Amino acid sequence: MLRSHLDVELLKLLAAGMLLISFAMLSTRRTQQLITLFAWQGVVLFLSTSLVAHEARLTELYFSAGLTLILKVITLPLILHTLIKRLGAQWDNERLVNIPITMLVGLVLVIFAFGLAQPISQLATTITRHTIGIALAVILLSFLMMITRRKAVTQVIGFLAMENGLFFAATSATYGMPMVIELGIALDLLVAVFILGIFFFQIREQFDSLDLHHLESLREE
Amino acid sequence: MRGIAFVWQFGEVILAIALAPLFSGWIAQCRAWMQNRTAPPLTQQYRMLRKLFNKDAALAEDASRLFRTAPYVLFGTMVLAAAIIPSVVTDLPFARAADAIALIGLFATARVFQALAAMDIGTAFGTLGARREMMVGFLAEPAILMVFFNAFLLFGSTALTSLVDNYATHPSLIDPSVVFAAIAFVMVLLAENARIPIDNPATHLELTMIHEAMVLEYSARHLALIEWASNLKLFNYACIGIALFIPWGIAIHGAAVGAVLIALVTLILKLALCGAALALIESVSAKLRIFRAPEFMAMAFLIAVLGLLVHLLLGANTGA
Amino acid sequence: MIAQFWGNFLSTVFSHPLDSTLLVVACWPLIALACLLRPHSIRYVARFLFPVGALVCVAMFLLAGTFLISGHAPQVMTLPLGLPDLPFHVRLDALSAFFLLILGLAGAGISTFAAGYFRSGEGTAPGLLGLHYHVFLASMAVVMLADDAYLFMVAWETMALASYFLVTSQHRIPEIRRAGFLYLLMAHIGAVCILLSFGVMQGGSWQFTFDAMRSASLAPFWASVAFTLALLGFGAKAGLVPMHVWLPEAHPAAPSPVSAMMSGLMLKTAIYGMLRITFDLLHVQFWQWGVAVLALGLFSALFGAIFAGVQTDMKRLLAYSSIENVGLIFTGIGLSILFAASDLRLFAALALAAALIHALNHSLFKSMLFLATGSVLHATRQRSLGKLGGLIRFMPWVAALALIGTLAIAGLPPLNGFVSEWLLLQSFLYTPRLPHAFINMLIPLGAASLALTVALAAYVMVKFYGVIFLGQPRETSLAQAHDANWLERLGLGWLAAGCIAIGVQPQLALHAAGKSTGMLVGQTIAPDPSVWRIAPIAPEQASYSGWIFLAVILCTVAVTFLAVRLLAHGRIRRTAPWDCGYPWQTSRMQDTAEGFGQPIRHMFGTFFRMERELPAPTDLAPRYRVHIEDRFWRTLYQPIAAAVQRLADAVSFLQGGRLAIYLLFSFLTLLGLLVFVL
Repeated sequence: MLRSHLDVELLKLLAAGMLLISFAMLSTRRTQQLITLFAWQGVVLFLSTSLVAHEARLTELYFSAGLTLILKVITLPLILHTLIKRLGAQWDNERLVNIPITMLVGLVLVIFAFGLAQPISQLATTITRHTIGIALAVILLSFLMMITRRKAVTQVIGFLAMENGLFFAATSATYGMPMVIELGIALDLLVAVFILGIFFFQIREQFDSLDLHHLESLREE
Repeated sequence: MRGIAFVWQFGEVILAIALAPLFSGWIAQCRAWMQNRTAPPLTQQYRMLRKLFNKDAALAEDASRLFRTAPYVLFGTMVLAAAIIPSVVTDLPFARAADAIALIGLFATARVFQALAAMDIGTAFGTLGARREMMVGFLAEPAILMVFFNAFLLFGSTALTSLVDNYATHPSLIDPSVVFAAIAFVMVLLAENARIPIDNPATHLELTMIHEAMVLEYSARHLALIEWASNLKLFNYACIGIALFIPWGIAIHGAAVGAVLIALVTLILKLALCGAALALIESVSAKLRIFRAPEFMAMAFLIAVLGLLVHLLLGANTGA
Repeated sequence: MIAQFWGNFLSTVFSHPLDSTLLVVACWPLIALACLLRPHSIRYVARFLFPVGALVCVAMFLLAGTFLISGHAPQVMTLPLGLPDLPFHVRLDALSAFFLLILGLAGAGISTFAAGYFRSGEGTAPGLLGLHYHVFLASMAVVMLADDAYLFMVAWETMALASYFLVTSQHRIPEIRRAGFLYLLMAHIGAVCILLSFGVMQGGSWQFTFDAMRSASLAPFWASVAFTLALLGFGAKAGLVPMHVWLPEAHPAAPSPVSAMMSGLMLKTAIYGMLRITFDLLHVQFWQWGVAVLALGLFSALFGAIFAGVQTDMKRLLAYSSIENVGLIFTGIGLSILFAASDLRLFAALALAAALIHALNHSLFKSMLFLATGSVLHATRQRSLGKLGGLIRFMPWVAALALIGTLAIAGLPPLNGFVSEWLLLQSFLYTPRLPHAFINMLIPLGAASLALTVALAAYVMVKFYGVIFLGQPRETSLAQAHDANWLERLGLGWLAAGCIAIGVQPQLALHAAGKSTGMLVGQTIAPDPSVWRIAPIAPEQASYSGWIFLAVILCTVAVTFLAVRLLAHGRIRRTAPWDCGYPWQTSRMQDTAEGFGQPIRHMFGTFFRMERELPAPTDLAPRYRVHIEDRFWRTLYQPIAAAVQRLADAVSFLQGGRLAIYLLFSFLTLLGLLVFVL
């Protein structure tokens, strides 16, 4: 039982680390740092999935963990790094609203998510059911990040982080999704990143900048 | 109240006053070692204090009584703080005079007196330093209050001695709230003690100073007392951090002399570790622009609040 | 013989507390009438009658204190005054006694100062000032003793009118007249809300005594309506945001002792009214009320602190600081309502005790600061912070006493401001035990807002004291400033002694507040058997000892001083200050009030409406001007005033000016009444 107790403590710590990384992603100023944080989020996800697999003795979760490692820790960050180097958008990461207000809104969202998750966690039967609130908070925070940023690259990363949160919610509530669905989602992600990368080059060619408010000039007047 | 408790109390205060300059010297030593330089010897702070005490005090013509009394008041408040914080034993009679929130108030008193003394001379530097120091102060208070709030929820008390008693006997290894509170506490420690990334203690450019600008006019014994008080403040903060987050080894209530000696040795080891960690943080960070400091403090506040919320969500449900 | 006489006298006095209190209260109108006998003589009014008023205040303080500590049951009486069917009812219970104690304690200090402050040739005749002043004092005491709505409203209105005349003492200055008008307007809007609230609370019995209201059982909707109206009305008088706009205008316009009375005592009557209605008459029913009060209180506190940080007039700064402190008191009240409605009575008592003690503390240190600004005003004739400085050299007594007031208001141990803030923070620690879902996670964040406000208050007070008393004098005429006279020093000293006493020995204050909370939420704060410290919940959880703070700090200072003198030396050389190589330093190079408030302006810019005039790089005579305004003026008050004006204009067609039209109106009304009655 002591080993199990230690595992539960580790899981709680990893979940808290996930939340902290989401907040760090919300507040960072540089795009390169953002991608690194996303990679770290993948690592935390890998560790927690492996731990749940070990606890619940489900071998398919090991596969999910491996897939996460390959896709979200290695492949996607590599693609994104090369993308921003070619686009020349490594540094500045302007925002629509300043940092303290974003933080406060993020905090309120976390409280909202925690409050909502409490009745759900009574119903679930996994050992990690208490971390559903954190998973919901991570999803909401990634959405907030997509809303409050100007450069196009951060919106992609926000979308990917949201998927991270969904995956975390799945593992904590129901011990993972069926393998078919997971492979399908992974393929979708990869394709989406490729297509969005092509879009970025088009946007930059058209407007000479990746700032999204230029897209507003495309509407009919 | 046991009579020997008064001996421990007095001993702890003398220990703090004696070790504080050594602690600062150790941090400077570690920093120099990390930056590939040679540091002055560990006893350099003591030599500086002795030199300053022997000098004549050069006071500005318009300095008032407040200016001359402020260093003594500062030193007095820091000594009282050292008497309250359980660094070696928890059986301290004076510790019941203040809980953690009163300790925050005590540090605020010291800060206000220093700011008032800085404004006394009436030059631009003193008022600049006072203004910036009060700003860092009011940003740090919510963060450190949330850290103590966390501690209260986890261990059921804000009195530091009870906290140490509870934590040392029921260790809960890696609770995320404790980790978050620790990160926030370290950030507040850096801000309140004028360390990088908030303020550079070794700078000589007046426009970048916060703490140094306030003591620009002081000399001789007044400056010696103020320097000693700052060293004591850093020592106190380090002891608070040790008591809150790594209290194993502190001789809890009713311990014998042997346990106290062990506690003394562990304290010195822990302080050495903390000093090295502080030096590491200082060496890898850059000093922030003054108006980026609110963001730094907001981050500290946020992390502390996250620890609180995570505890309310996770801890309350599992009952762990 | 004499001892026996005094013994008998005192025992009769203390065994009939309500009668003695009424007699003491009646002394003030007598003094007011006596002022009219020789209205133009300063010596008679100021030097003789005001000190008598101060002694009456001391008597009131002693009576209220003994009633509170001895734990008498509430006493009621019906006075034969008033209308034939609506006699006056008065009641003395723990809540009234606490606020009468505040009135007596602070009033004594203010009256003594006023005795030395008022000099001839300042607008109104001194006799009229004395009349209004003592009627003001008496009406505040009657508000706290009233036991039915009628007497309450009569006393409330008298208070508003008397204070209006006091505010407009220097009525020849147009700004002061405008400030007085705004004050009267807001006071009456508040009074209307309070009147309507009483109307709702009588619940159909048409009996306006408080006893009838206590036993009336209202539907939840009507109880909430009554509560909201009371919050609006008493909030307007207390200066709660958004009804606060009159405070920064009226307090600076009044003479300093009057500002001290208004800030120190009149705001407390509003707190008293709020407590009486919420806890006593409405039996604190819903926790949602607590959330509303808590939110308003926290916002007012932060708002007041931020605005105080950017002010350049010393009395306006103190006025905004009053808004901040009132916000803190309402925060405590809101927490108490939350706890009481969730049946956590011990913590409700703690929060309420914190609010009550903060009210007591505020009356002491705010009065002291306003009185100190009065001395500064008299000595230098300057109100703007940009023209003061370095007064610690020319006015050492005022500077020393003002330092105690500044340290107290900044909430620093071991003085009294810290005690109430400590208790308030302690009560926040228990909010996660609340049973309501999202609330128990949001409210702990309120503790952070409270800590921010308290630290901002320290910032603001460092600015206040530093710019006025420390540094270099910003005008050469300041060298002629003279110190306060002995009466002023006595008044300030009395208040300072109160601050130090409550800070070092808070047990008495906690015990007294505990009696009031016992009456209101049914739980007293058990007095800790230890005389050295207070520990409101349990000594293992938190304790504080003001004695040890003061003793250890003083001992260490003394020992260090002696050690340094013995082991080293005490030699001093006087030189010029460090000038970084620029020799033409002037007094204008130190921080101005705007400069010291610049970080607040930068960080909290969204709260203000700022107009800035910055110099261009090519300007030969560069000028910098910043004007900061309250957003509530533009967004709330001016649209309402414009709408009222439009409504009035629309109705003005009724004033045609022709006699035939007016007669026609009377005729039509007569016809209408005939139809309805017959």
